[in-house]
Amino acid sequence: MTTKLFGEPVRRREDARLIIGKGRYLDDIGHNALAAAFVRSPHAHARITAIDTDGALDVEGLVAIYTYEDLHGPMAEPLPVLIPHPQLHHPRTGYPLANGIVNHVGEPIVMVVATDRYIAEDAAERILVSYEELPVVVGVDAAREAANWVHEDVPTNVAAHHHQETGDVEAALAGSTRTMSFTQYIERSACTPMEGKGVHARWDADDSSLRVYTSTQASTSVRAAIAAKLELSLDKVEVIAPDVGGGFGVKIVHPWPEELLIPLAAIALGAEVKWTEDRREHFISSAHERQQRQEITVGYDDDGRISALDVHIWHDNGAYTPYGIIVPIVTATQLVGPYVIPTYRVRVESVYTNTVIVTPYRGAGRPQGCYAMERTMDRIADELDLDRAVVRERNLIQADQFPYDHHLTFQDGRPVIYDSGDYVGLMDKLKVLVGWPEASRLRDEAAARGKLLGVGMAMYVEGTGPGPYEGGHVQVLGSGKVLVSTGLTSQGQGHETAFAQIVASELGVPIEDIEVTTGDTRRFGYAVGTFASRAAVMSGNAIALAARGVKEKALRIAADVLEVDPGDLEIDEGLVQVKGTPGASIPLRTVAVLSNPLRYAFDEAAKQATQFAGPADDSKPPVAVGDAPGLEHVDYYSPIRSTFASGAHAAIVEIDPATWEIEIVKYAVVHDCGNVVNPMIVEGQVHGGVAQGVGGALYERMAYDSDGQLQNASFMDFLMPYASEIPDVVIDHQETPSPLNPLGIKGAGEAGVIPGTAAIASAIEDAVGRRISSMPISPTELYDLMRNDDSELTAAHARRSGTGAMA
Amino acid sequence: MKPAPFRYADPGTLDEVLTVLSSEGEGAKVLAGGQSLLPLLSMRLAAPATLVDINRVPGLDTVEATGDGVTVGALVRHNALLHDDAAARVQPLLARATANVAHPAIRNRGTTVGSIAHADPSGEMTSVLALTDGSVTVATPSGVETIGWRDLFVGPLETSIHGPAVVTSAYFPALPARSGTAFAEAARRKGDYAVCGGGVVVTLDADGRVAAVRAAYISVGLTPEVHDLTDAVVGQPADSADWAAAGELARTLVDPDTDLHASADYRRLLVGVLTERTLAEAAAEALGGMA
Ligand SMILES: Cc1cc2nc3c(=O)[nH]c(=O)nc-3n(C[C@H](O)[C@H](O)[C@H](O)COP(=O)(O)OP(=O)(O)OC[C@H]3O[C@@H](n4cnc5c(N)ncnc54)[C@H](O)[C@@H]3O)c2cc1C
Repeated sequence: MTTKLFGEPVRRREDARLIIGKGRYLDDIGHNALAAAFVRSPHAHARITAIDTDGALDVEGLVAIYTYEDLHGPMAEPLPVLIPHPQLHHPRTGYPLANGIVNHVGEPIVMVVATDRYIAEDAAERILVSYEELPVVVGVDAAREAANWVHEDVPTNVAAHHHQETGDVEAALAGSTRTMSFTQYIERSACTPMEGKGVHARWDADDSSLRVYTSTQASTSVRAAIAAKLELSLDKVEVIAPDVGGGFGVKIVHPWPEELLIPLAAIALGAEVKWTEDRREHFISSAHERQQRQEITVGYDDDGRISALDVHIWHDNGAYTPYGIIVPIVTATQLVGPYVIPTYRVRVESVYTNTVIVTPYRGAGRPQGCYAMERTMDRIADELDLDRAVVRERNLIQADQFPYDHHLTFQDGRPVIYDSGDYVGLMDKLKVLVGWPEASRLRDEAAARGKLLGVGMAMYVEGTGPGPYEGGHVQVLGSGKVLVSTGLTSQGQGHETAFAQIVASELGVPIEDIEVTTGDTRRFGYAVGTFASRAAVMSGNAIALAARGVKEKALRIAADVLEVDPGDLEIDEGLVQVKGTPGASIPLRTVAVLSNPLRYAFDEAAKQATQFAGPADDSKPPVAVGDAPGLEHVDYYSPIRSTFASGAHAAIVEIDPATWEIEIVKYAVVHDCGNVVNPMIVEGQVHGGVAQGVGGALYERMAYDSDGQLQNASFMDFLMPYASEIPDVVIDHQETPSPLNPLGIKGAGEAGVIPGTAAIASAIEDAVGRRISSMPISPTELYDLMRNDDSELTAAHARRSGTGAMA
Repeated sequence: MKPAPFRYADPGTLDEVLTVLSSEGEGAKVLAGGQSLLPLLSMRLAAPATLVDINRVPGLDTVEATGDGVTVGALVRHNALLHDDAAARVQPLLARATANVAHPAIRNRGTTVGSIAHADPSGEMTSVLALTDGSVTVATPSGVETIGWRDLFVGPLETSIHGPAVVTSAYFPALPARSGTAFAEAARRKGDYAVCGGGVVVTLDADGRVAAVRAAYISVGLTPEVHDLTDAVVGQPADSADWAAAGELARTLVDPDTDLHASADYRRLLVGVLTERTLAEAAAEALGGMA
């Protein structure tokens, strides 16, 4: 097989293992470990007046009970604010176990450790916590009204006020031919990975060292957090992400209370301790995202060209802000999408509510930004009686405008400068793919079948691959095996395959010889994590650079042996050979043996290498100054700023006007993530993203009641779509390489989810002729909208009903 | 999400099952497919002291279809009933309704009788038992009795069966002559419990005119209800009856509740639409059968 695999649809190497049950997920580890269970707050806001553990003490199998009183030193302090920001003026975080006050249902109060999880839950059930209930704030509007406060020292509930502007928006609006203002809402959903969180810790008392497995997206950072909080030396802590059954953002947050408490118990008890999150815990004590109220004013001309955009967002950040204000900043800066916005102002109030914390969920604020921008485009088109595609086209950044500077500051503190793109190309392809010009014929045809048909579209630009860095390590063994590692973690994205393809291509070795390890601090100590569509960009490039380093060294050693110039050598199929001279070659594995002057003949490889070993030069040390034994290289990739991927989606929906059931009959995606490492993996990422987009648009919401109780904390009532709810997705690719990184790639992980809500809202609005300004939407809500005489009709609706279905 | 401690017994005969149930008293629960009971246990919403597993009891896994009706044993899985052609010929509602019960994995374990014993007003098979005017056979230490559906369903998740008892079978009478059926539902996701659904039976007279119309709904009341809609369309030709009027009538007869997934009004809307649509389908089937 060829070793030039970059760009090939190589089948995912990890799938066979994962599909036949050979995966090793957190709960597969430590069958004999003690198990932890938690007593969590049943109240959204309350003062804890007493904790009575007596009833649990005689449960047979109980090992230990921990409350806040048992936490000392750094553990007794609030959890860290991972990403502080000057505009986050009132950051608040919880404690590993509640310290007197609980601020959302599900907050951990007591940890119980027992011989197994059943017994731990039996004991937990008998612990009595008394509360004095406090007023509850649920939803962004209640937080905004601030009749009650979540944190008594944060008046008005505003955690952060984020503000960016590119000019005098008031003046620009005043000078605009037309303006319009509207308010819209988007609801809470969540990552809900198939595998929840989980932690397993083992303390080696003789060695005073701790090994922790955790279902995380950031093992190196969890390691640092554990070392700091438990006051251990970093070298005595190793953290490993085993197979992780999905993350989608929730597992980038760290340290979760359990990631500190389980190691704490393991050390205190001198035993293996494990906690596996259950589904209900995941719903009420991990993280959610997406709720915003968006107040938008736009100035534009008669052709639909935008002159000014003023956006005021109320962002629900839940009870605490451990992850800073990353999500609202991403919304604020990604909102502008592929468009020229001459004057833009965005203000975000990030507000506390007595609900689960809000941290990035795939898309991380982008779906909301896209919803704001794209629905604005739809409204302009409607107002002016223009084709929605035409209005977008008139505002697109043109291909010759790159690099394009939006004069905004991104989540990584770097400028929002689009490195490359072809948005006109995306739109052209999308119109063909979805059959945009056919829309009115399709509408008539559906009407003849008694259905309301609508089409909608949405475009986005996604900043991917933010820094600061990732590293890669590539090592060729004497056996010919090539070990590759990177510190960032995998949650099923196919890293084992994609990274191996990169190394195969760079180093000229068969993919079968390559073994990839991710997220294991024993193998790679420095890493940032898997989030923000950054793994391929960051670790992909770092690994490519490491492979190039190995190649350079291999050629240098081989050149010496073959007595040629390194420039005359190439590596193919694991063989270093003189270009154009068949036979003049040396296996790469032999070069690996030669790279180490200490060559005990343990194996055949070492024996064979002896024939190549030249006479030692007595005038030089065996390892030259600046050189190192072994055929390996570590390198890092640190980008100047993010690289910007882009895409365009369109949805066609059919609605039954008797039952108001909504069906997506076609979903089209044009996707540009620069050079593609593996198109099959990218398509899989897009499919999964679209599924979550459909979920967010039509099915999922966190249904909190006014007491802060999550009423649908199970998959019975939280409607994550099944495969049966997901339409077939048609995909077209466009490849606009990034000039910023050696491989020319851009991220693809989050793309699929971003425009779903916007495109589907647009399609439903097109079908029913009523303004859709709150998403998600279900049949029962659509019915309410349709029979409400006060709900706003679109101008298109009036035109259509005036001139018949052809309008 | 782990159950509280419980004892477990899996007797090999019905007599032994009854003996264990008697000796364990109030805290004992029958375990059939476990598809409703085990989630309740795991969420600690139920904590029976003893589970009496009936899966080893012989003879309970048969479907018996005669000209009069279909008897479904307590261990017949939804999936077996779904694919039982003989049963479908005698009472077509059985296959039509079971096709709407959950997903294949759950249908492979869950039993039709268990779902009736569970008395969930959103369960398809409770409504089919009602619509067909069916009954269950119950074994108790003092003997065997038959309970008609009207006496069986008392409230949501509540039947009139108390004390040591095992439902050994459910009986669904055959479809009357010159009749057609249909079953439809609206669910948020395919295979979910319906937001609203229902089955209908349309019976024609010898001239192909509507003689009787009965409908039963799920997820719209506390217990399964059967509504007679005959008045709206009686005597009308089956191929052109005013099914919308029957739908209208149905809307006035139901009293649904609001929950997370649907408002009461929306459910009422669906009752009307589904009734109209299923009646037309059932009438066409009845006519086809007469041709
Ligand atoms: C995800 C999911 C989706 C589902 N969707 C649907 C759906 O759409 N429609 C639907 O109808 N059902 C649905 N179900 C429930 C499923 O149909 C169950 O199989 C059924 O409700 C109960 O049957 P079982 O054999 O599993 O009973 P079990 O769970 O074993 O028992 C249920 C109850 O009935 C009692 N019981 C069972 N058998 C007997 C007996 N022979 N005598 C006396 N008491 C008995 C038990 O003691 C218990 O109280 C769903 C279940 C799940 C998990």
